[in-house]
Formats: sequence, structure tokens, C-alpha cells
Amino acid sequence: MTTPETNMSVGESVSENVSVTLEVNGVDYPVTIGYGRNLVSVLRTEIGLTGTKEGCDDCECGACMVLLDGQPVNSCSYLAAQAAGRSITTVEGVMNGSEMHPLQRNLLDAGGVQCGFCTPGMIMSATALLARMPAPTEEDIRIGLSGNLCRCTGYTKIIDAVARTAAEPAARPTTLQA
Amino acid sequence: MSFAIATTVEDALAALASGARPVAGGSDLVVGARHGKAPLPASLVAIDRLGELAGVAETDGELRIGALATHAQLMEHPLVIAAATGLADASALVGSPSTRNVGTIGGNVMNSSPAMDTGAPLLVLGARVELRSLTATRTVPIGELWTGPGRNIAAADELCTAVVLPAPPPRSGSAYVRLEYRRAMEIAVVGAAASVSLTDAGTVAAISVALTAVAPTIIAVSGLGGVIGGVIDDTALALVAAAAAAQATPITDLRATDGYRRHCVGVMARRAVDAAHRRALGESIAVPVNRALGIGAAR
Repeated sequence: MTTPETNMSVGESVSENVSVTLEVNGVDYPVTIGYGRNLVSVLRTEIGLTGTKEGCDDCECGACMVLLDGQPVNSCSYLAAQAAGRSITTVEGVMNGSEMHPLQRNLLDAGGVQCGFCTPGMIMSATALLARMPAPTEEDIRIGLSGNLCRCTGYTKIIDAVARTAAEPAARPTTLQA
Repeated sequence: MSFAIATTVEDALAALASGARPVAGGSDLVVGARHGKAPLPASLVAIDRLGELAGVAETDGELRIGALATHAQLMEHPLVIAAATGLADASALVGSPSTRNVGTIGGNVMNSSPAMDTGAPLLVLGARVELRSLTATRTVPIGELWTGPGRNIAAADELCTAVVLPAPPPRSGSAYVRLEYRRAMEIAVVGAAASVSLTDAGTVAAISVALTAVAPTIIAVSGLGGVIGGVIDDTALALVAAAAAAQATPITDLRATDGYRRHCVGVMARRAVDAAHRRALGESIAVPVNRALGIGAAR
């Protein structure tokens, strides 16, 4: 039995705070947090990565979606301490330096971004889908994004952007305009 | 207050014996705590890294499903689709891709919600639940596990380590159908699972039906003996629908009235038996059968 950082014996009590190291986008972040803290709050407040949004706080809307070992997970309802030792990817991690991910460029091109609040979560679900299924059907895309709500676009343009990304013969990174 | 990540099952069981509660994906526990349903336990042991509790394996025809098998894994697992198709149907309907990635069968079973999707198929498939403590391991028929909404017979120091399904009889099929108002992020309004096995002559050798979200627990439908020995036709399906509706004791809540639930659970039971029968005949109906039946709002 271990706490995320130190060996402890069973039944030994630890304080309410636990010290863990979270690996986010390939970078290790040591944090000391309450054991009940959810991952989204630690990402935003302790680590300062505010791309991940908190929407419903109830596993319904998907604004908080991050990848945990490559799989989409609602970070509002995942204990941050439990993510120790796993690989966390947030929307900040999909860019290559200053180059947008092709999906980000296609979301802009297709008009799939309006208020933008759902966009980071959409990007995380869609990149996981494309990693797993490089040539998804429209139905596959709809199912892949079924845990992400958008109240602006009506979804069509977001689905178009994912389909365009899948259809590109090679990723065409685009430099983000400052 | 404590939080620990167990690295062995024995560690996890020792933590439970000291009063800790287990957390796997947290999709019930953490959401419930954040919404005031139940505070986060003062002592938690994370069990999500226990490889011994992961995976699906077939031994002598029995399917042993580790408690940590996720809904995402179960909906696509070839052994589950082949031998427990109704469980794959149910797993594919749970929440969204992200909830299916963290939600486990052990968590779903032990959370013991009467609206759980995997419960009815597990009941008709004759599942047994393995409960392990530091001092003993026992195996409980799943129909004897649940005692009420969110309640079951497990002691506080017992951990669900696996769900075991017996080998299905030859010429058998199963299905789970639920009434839903939309195609994702939905909870069963009502649901029904069926398992049907046939004789070589194509008559019914055995039939089992269970219902979701119409009683304090998942319930099995009794009184289906009249279907045994006959064929699955409109008369048989009507008998099933009537028995299911008669045995349901639903409540009225924000999802549906009691009367609507009672009617619809009969419809779902009829459809589940029809789909299970067709699968027993060898027809391939893609998982989840809800999509093939066109249930859920059309887009």
C-alpha cells in the first residue's frame, strides 16, 4: 500500500492533504492537495492550466474532458490524487509548440467554435477518437463526442471539423497567430 | 482522513478492514459527494491499479469478469459479445465514452442502483458475485446481492473482486433493451434483459427476464413457465409483456410516471425477449440492440 508519494503501512493515518506528482502534458507537477480535490480544480488552480473548463461538475457536459493514459475522462469527477502515476493530457498538450493541432485549425475553419467553452473538451474527446479510429464514420464521431455538450453550434460544424481532420492525408500543422 | 493507492488486493482488503471505502473510477462516489448525496468517505483506498481485478477470462466455459473491467472494455470484448451479449448491450448504453472509460462492473454492481444497466443482463445470465475480505471469499448469486436502492448484503470489509457467468447453454441468446429519451448521457427510464435458450426443435428450453428501474432493486420476472416448450411468437411475447408489467412496482419521478413505466417495461421486456430469441437463432444484431431497434430520440 502506498500513498502516491511515500510508502505507508495499512491503517497508518495521513493528513487530509496528500503530496502527489501529476504528470501533465509530459511535465511533472508536484502538488500538495486535499485528497478529495477533483482533477479539474487542481489543473486550473494549482498547476495553472486553465484550458480545461468546469461546466456542470456532474459528468454530463464534457467541458472538463482530459485524457488519462490516452482515454477521455471527466476531470470534474476524478480524484486528482488518484491520477498520480498516470499520464494526463489537457488541451494545452495537443499543440506542437506554437503550431495548432490540425483539429484546432479545422474547428476554426469549419466554424466549429462560437463561445468556445466546450471546445477544449471537444478537442480531447475528438483527438482520442481519431487516435483510436483514424477513419470514423459520422455516426462514430457522434458517438465519440456524445459526452460533450455544445449550446452554440448545433454540433454540425464540430462534426465537420473532426471529419475534415480524419480526411486529411497528412497533418497540416498551422502556426497559431499571436 | 486518509487516501492510499493499493498495490495489492491484500492491501486493499486490509484498508477496508480498517474502515476505508474503495474507489475505482469514482464516477458514482465522486459525483455523489460533490452533489451532497453522500460525503466522500473519510478514508479511501484506490483500487484502480490492481491488475488481479482487471480483465475478462474464460475458464471451462465460465466467464470471469474482473471487478475493474470497464464498460468500455465490456461493450467490445469478444468473449462478452459472444457469451453475454446482453451485458455488452447494457455496457454500451452507460453514460458517455468518458464515463464508460472509468466506470467498472464492480462499481456498477456494488453501487446497487435499481436503474443500473448491467444488473438486469447479469441477473438473466445467472451471474455470481465474488466478495472477498481479509478472512474469507464467498460467491453470491447476484439476485441475492441487492437489498434495496443503493444497498446490498456485502459487509463493509468485503470487496467485489469479480463477476462470474456460467457457460451459456447451446442455442442461446441474450439482450438488454432500455427506454431512453436520448441516445447518450441517459439513465434508464425502464429497461429489460432477456436470456433465451432453445431446443434443437426451436422451442424454448429456458427463458429468463429481468427488469430495470421498476422496483427497489433489479428484479427477475417470474411466471414465465407457459412459454417453455413453445415457440416465441406474439402470444408468448404478450405473456412476457403482461408478466413484466404486472410484477413491476415503479415510482413516479422526473423521468416518468409509475403508469408509463409499468406499460413501457412490458414493451421493453417483449423486445428484449424477441432480440434474445433472434440471437439464439443465430441472427447477428449489433451491440447495443437499442440502436438496431431505433430506441432513443432520432436526430
